[in-house]
Amino acid sequence: MRVAIIGCGAVGSLFAANLAQLEDVEVWAYDAFRDHVDAINEHGLRLSGAGDVVGRLRATADAGELPPCEFGIVATKAMHTDAAIAAAAHAFSDGCVATVQNGLGNEEAIAEHVRRVIRGTTFPAGKLVEPGHVQWDVKGDTTFGPYRDVELPEIEALADACTRAGMPAKAVADARGPQWRKVIFNAATNPVGALTGLTHGRVCERPDLRRLVSGLVDEGKAVAAAQGIELDADPEELIDHAAKPEVAYDHKASMLQDVEARRSTEIDYLNGGIVRFGREHGVPTPLNQAIWALVKGVEQSWTR
Amino acid sequence: MRVVVAGAGTIGSLLAGHLARVAEVAVLTRRPEHARALVENGLRVSGRSDFTATLRASSDPDELGDADIVVVACKGGDLEPLAAGLAGRFAGATVMTVQNGLGAEDVVAARGDWPLLSAVTFMSGTRHADDHVEYVLDTATWIGPFRGTTEADAEAVAELIRSAGLKAEAFADLRPAQWSKLIFNATVNAVAALTGLPHDHHFAEGELGRLVHDLVDEGKAVAAAAGATLGEDPWEMNVHATRRGHAHYPSMLEDVSARRPTEVELINGSLVRAAERNGVPVPLHTALYALVKAKEAGYT
Repeated sequence: MRVAIIGCGAVGSLFAANLAQLEDVEVWAYDAFRDHVDAINEHGLRLSGAGDVVGRLRATADAGELPPCEFGIVATKAMHTDAAIAAAAHAFSDGCVATVQNGLGNEEAIAEHVRRVIRGTTFPAGKLVEPGHVQWDVKGDTTFGPYRDVELPEIEALADACTRAGMPAKAVADARGPQWRKVIFNAATNPVGALTGLTHGRVCERPDLRRLVSGLVDEGKAVAAAQGIELDADPEELIDHAAKPEVAYDHKASMLQDVEARRSTEIDYLNGGIVRFGREHGVPTPLNQAIWALVKGVEQSWTR
Repeated sequence: MRVVVAGAGTIGSLLAGHLARVAEVAVLTRRPEHARALVENGLRVSGRSDFTATLRASSDPDELGDADIVVVACKGGDLEPLAAGLAGRFAGATVMTVQNGLGAEDVVAARGDWPLLSAVTFMSGTRHADDHVEYVLDTATWIGPFRGTTEADAEAVAELIRSAGLKAEAFADLRPAQWSKLIFNATVNAVAALTGLPHDHHFAEGELGRLVHDLVDEGKAVAAAAGATLGEDPWEMNVHATRRGHAHYPSMLEDVSARRPTEVELINGSLVRAAERNGVPVPLHTALYALVKAKEAGYT
């Protein structure tokens, strides 16, 4: 089986390096960060932390070099999906492309360029420490499901490879439950951290702010319910669990890190996505709309 | 005419500097070194006006002498201690509050039986130093009776302010103007503080403009439930202000940029509490109020 990772940042690297451990899987990685690509080709892709692994794989900053692949795993930030998959689409004329990205709308963006698309949601996390080296912070599960023109057994083959490689994954008929659970969690907490500068734990211990988080969750749940999506867990429980000192009390949401570094955020794919699906299904989402507008305002303040 | 200006932020400095051209002005500051700078260097006013005013100043109210008019123009967070400092002093003076939000008059009224005027100001400036303020927007200060005063008393102070080179108008009832300004400030200041955007075209268009419009609508519902009529339409105030050609940095944005306490309690807190008292749901203002307070908490 040949698999190409599209976007080999922290999460993409977790898939790439682990899958490269398998005898029967040939791994390619496409990423725009040339230093990272060069380091991977010279020394392998190293993971440390939750697991210590060095993966031998082929990395390239030129999507034209990708050979035909059975599977693609897209792991770019959501705003880079379109450009990345447009460049890499030629490698998947018969293959299936899965997204493991944050937010809503990635499947649609991928489906603009390739025919066979797999919906996916992943929970492991890490960060790029230096070119060729990713710190693996948190282990977690991945769920895949069909989006367009893919049969479940094919998806099971991908999930099985991930699981054997140490990235537990399962294939399900409807993968929207975990996707929306994660989107609702992220949309209710990330922008609140980004707007206030507070860590997840400090957001949750302020009763007025925690009520705002719940208001955002409730709107997201209503939009999911209107589409007949059953969440696989209650985002509220995940939020309270993450607020514990031993879990993620001191965690600065990735959106807060983006705002501090003045990088564009994934707000369009989180709260913006909830608002968009809400409008399509006639569900009002005033709080998500407000938060979306505020974070867009933050981004606009950098360029005015 | 003897005027004491209590509080020398941007608005207090603009009033004190201009009034010193037509009256004896003494400034009550919070910090002794601020008073020293004013006494030693005078107060430089630049921008739309250009002069240096000579005035008295002290951080000790007992050193200011008597007054015919006391203008209270401090930041919201300084109001309680400042009002406590006025208690038992300035007998015979009329006290005028120039404050954001609602309820400043009541805080001062509880500290003495002076006749009270209430004012809101729409002028703005930038404080460059303790002894230098720039006069930016020459919009008016509106004055109305509050306790033991008449519209004629308000007009007398308005005339004094006009003779000093600023704009002022007297009203029989100031509440409509106060509510318009409260809704405007609660919306624009909080959105600016959270986004980092000065008050520019983003506030009148697109998703952010829609949010501003929705926030103004919540505020209007609170005013209606409280039985207040509005003066100017806050949304039109917003649109008008974004078309002035240069972007204004609302004080709440300047405060969070400098990691100083903001006026969120006086402004957004007033509006949210008025909504609660009147049973009006204001989910968006409640969210902004919580977010700005949390941002302040994030300084430490």
